Amino acid sequence: MTALPKTTRKKLGLVIDLDTCVGCHGCVTACKGWNTQNYGAPLSDIDPYGADPSGTFLNRVFSYEVTPEGGGAAQTVHFPRSCLHCEDAPCVTVCPTGASYKRSEDGIVLVNEDRCIGCGLCAWACPYGARELDQLAGVMKKCTLCVDRIYNENLPEEDRLPACVRTCPAGARHFGDLGDPDSDVSKLVASRETVDLMPEQGTRPVNTYLAPRPRDRMGRDAAELKPVATEAKGFLGWLDKALEKL
Amino acid sequence: MHPAPSVIIFTTLSGLGFGLFMWLGLGTPDVTGIPAFAWFFVAYALSVVGLIASTFHLGNPKNAIYAFSQWRTSWLSREGIMAVVTLFTFAPFAIGKIFLGVTWPLLGNLGTLFAVITVFTTSMMYAQLKTVPRWNMFPLIPVLFELYAIAGGALLAGEARIAGWLILAVTVLQIITWMAGDKKYATLATDKGTATGLGRFGKVRMLESGHTARSYVMDEMVHLIGRKHAHKLRAIATILIGVLPALILLLLPATTPVILLAVASHVIGVAAGRWLFFAEAEHVVGMYSARG
Repeated sequence: MTALPKTTRKKLGLVIDLDTCVGCHGCVTACKGWNTQNYGAPLSDIDPYGADPSGTFLNRVFSYEVTPEGGGAAQTVHFPRSCLHCEDAPCVTVCPTGASYKRSEDGIVLVNEDRCIGCGLCAWACPYGARELDQLAGVMKKCTLCVDRIYNENLPEEDRLPACVRTCPAGARHFGDLGDPDSDVSKLVASRETVDLMPEQGTRPVNTYLAPRPRDRMGRDAAELKPVATEAKGFLGWLDKALEKL
Repeated sequence: MHPAPSVIIFTTLSGLGFGLFMWLGLGTPDVTGIPAFAWFFVAYALSVVGLIASTFHLGNPKNAIYAFSQWRTSWLSREGIMAVVTLFTFAPFAIGKIFLGVTWPLLGNLGTLFAVITVFTTSMMYAQLKTVPRWNMFPLIPVLFELYAIAGGALLAGEARIAGWLILAVTVLQIITWMAGDKKYATLATDKGTATGLGRFGKVRMLESGHTARSYVMDEMVHLIGRKHAHKLRAIATILIGVLPALILLLLPATTPVILLAVASHVIGVAAGRWLFFAEAEHVVGMYSARG
């Protein structure tokens, strides 16, 4: 049913640290790999080795440059973008077939591919560009939070994480229950400044982005750098004097 | 938004078809027998061809039956249900008129009400989307869709004088809608800063896109071609939708060729207007990939 649950027992989601992300696209590749070989229709590629390649991805890393107002050094922020598993998910309520739904047990937003007609209205309703219609399968694909990994008892316990989190070499991605104030992810969020993505859309995302810390304050840091030596000593001093005399 | 031909054909033809049903249900034109068959044939052909066209953009139409299930939350589901209910309500009404020579006004009026609701559900599918500010205008977009249907229906019903005035009205409302959309987008609270949440740290600029190739989101929601010639296309659409048909209908005698000429101009104009409705509409997701 495409009505949203009033509350969910858990709020499973990702915490993405924009301060730590190095923009390596490892999460993109791990996501594509896992979700092509497991749950649901594979993430297809069209003309992958040709002149006009395209394909389905559930996670894409953009890079932005932020220039402080009033000058100062610009900062590069690598920005992974995927489904935010919103509490007021507009993609769910627009679905005509009931294929799009939000689970009351853990808050994951999923697509039932056996009901999806591939109309694309959910992708229109999403402000974050998180849904892509697979061009071969004709069904809507989106982040499942690797629902087939996180509860999978056939996997070693350390692998029961979304593929993107498991693979991130920078430790920039975290997974857990954001509805539980005592969870590691909730404590991490509480300890850091966060950024909201289009709060004016009223979607109340569960995924949380940690803000980049300010750095490269050139004015102040440059002033602190003092010359370590003004006059050459020792061998270099002798060489300097010898060359002067020539 | 990507102006998919299937959706343009659907909204144009179905709008006209259900508009004609609105008039037929009220007994205009009041015909029976063969002429009634001709009119109901046109109404059914337009609405059914439009509905079939709308299925062409579906990635997986074999599941279409499920689309009637989510009327509690989904305007698209409501639209599917109301379209079918309207078509089935008019079936006995049409049979009575064509084969029995009788008119059941209650059934006709009920059908008219259902046709109005169908057009409303279509318009709400667009007007509900907060992500597309140019569409997210209530009640302007629903009123515009209804007026298009009523005016186009009057034209097809052969009510030349009434259609002339209605078409003038819808043309004015279309221009108002364009202007309201421009204003709404110009004063939008969303920008690259709120999209990324990084706006409070400074001016945000995209350095690298997440993909070097095309993507579904870019193809579907970041359509730029239409915006380039928007003003010229608006002028052309205004002339074809309204100015030309209204002049023809209000100044020339209401003969069949005259009405057909007005219909041709109006239909081409509405299709051009619907192309613009999609091509001009910016989706907020474009903020994530906007250069500059």
